Amino acid sequence: MDIKVNVRESEGDAYVVDLTGEIDVYTSPKVKDAITELIDQEHYNLVINLEKVRYIDSTGLGVLIGGLKRVREHGGSVNLVCTNPQIKKIFDITGLVKIFGIFDDEQSAMKALV
Amino acid sequence: MTATRTLQVSSHGTVELKIPGRAEWVAVARLAGAAVASRLRFSVDEIEDIKLAIAEACTNSIQAAGGVDAGTIEIVCDAGDDELRVTVRDSSTGPHLESAEPGGLVEGRTEALGVFLIRALMDTVDYTTDPRRGTELVMTKRVTS
Repeated sequence: MDIKVNVRESEGDAYVVDLTGEIDVYTSPKVKDAITELIDQEHYNLVINLEKVRYIDSTGLGVLIGGLKRVREHGGSVNLVCTNPQIKKIFDITGLVKIFGIFDDEQSAMKALV
Repeated sequence: MTATRTLQVSSHGTVELKIPGRAEWVAVARLAGAAVASRLRFSVDEIEDIKLAIAEACTNSIQAAGGVDAGTIEIVCDAGDDELRVTVRDSSTGPHLESAEPGGLVEGRTEALGVFLIRALMDTVDYTTDPRRGTELVMTKRVTS
């Protein structure tokens, strides 16, 4: 079980974090490191692409919430790309659909950042 | 003359698993739990719920032990006809997190999110802590289909 993290620059000052695999208590520190590094470099508009994520647990959600809190302090935002029904269900149950922008594709998530 | 026989497969059974109480072993527990759940008539979504609940229980044990090493975590899956009962035991007598309210998540209180998910995904959840033996979580999920 592992997570693959790919960070790429997109339009304007926005960055996309592509995640592939499973985000759990073992792999979430790797995701946290990638997001923290972007924020430390003063990139506050992020799209996190969960399209290829098969599984996420509370530690993964915690990392995303932590990232969102930090970018909001600088007027930024985190939007998510997610089409997996099971993962969307987790965001729904926890009420996180109310604090994250969740989109079906990257283009929509990027457009909504501005 | 051809005789037709129906093969009757019982889903009754108990599977016991012990994992090292470290983050890298949690995936083994959740996959084993999913394999047991698949012996019952759970839907794919329900199996995913059980898988996540078992992982969250193990993660909670690790976090209760300070996030590094919880010793040994024991997972017992009792499969019945219409119900799966999962017991997760650890030797920690430290405080296991209680459920966070969704409102708290918006305010950034994420540390008890795992227990919130367990309570949301399973039908019954019961935590007991014995000062000498440690903490035991018993949770059940009934087959609905």
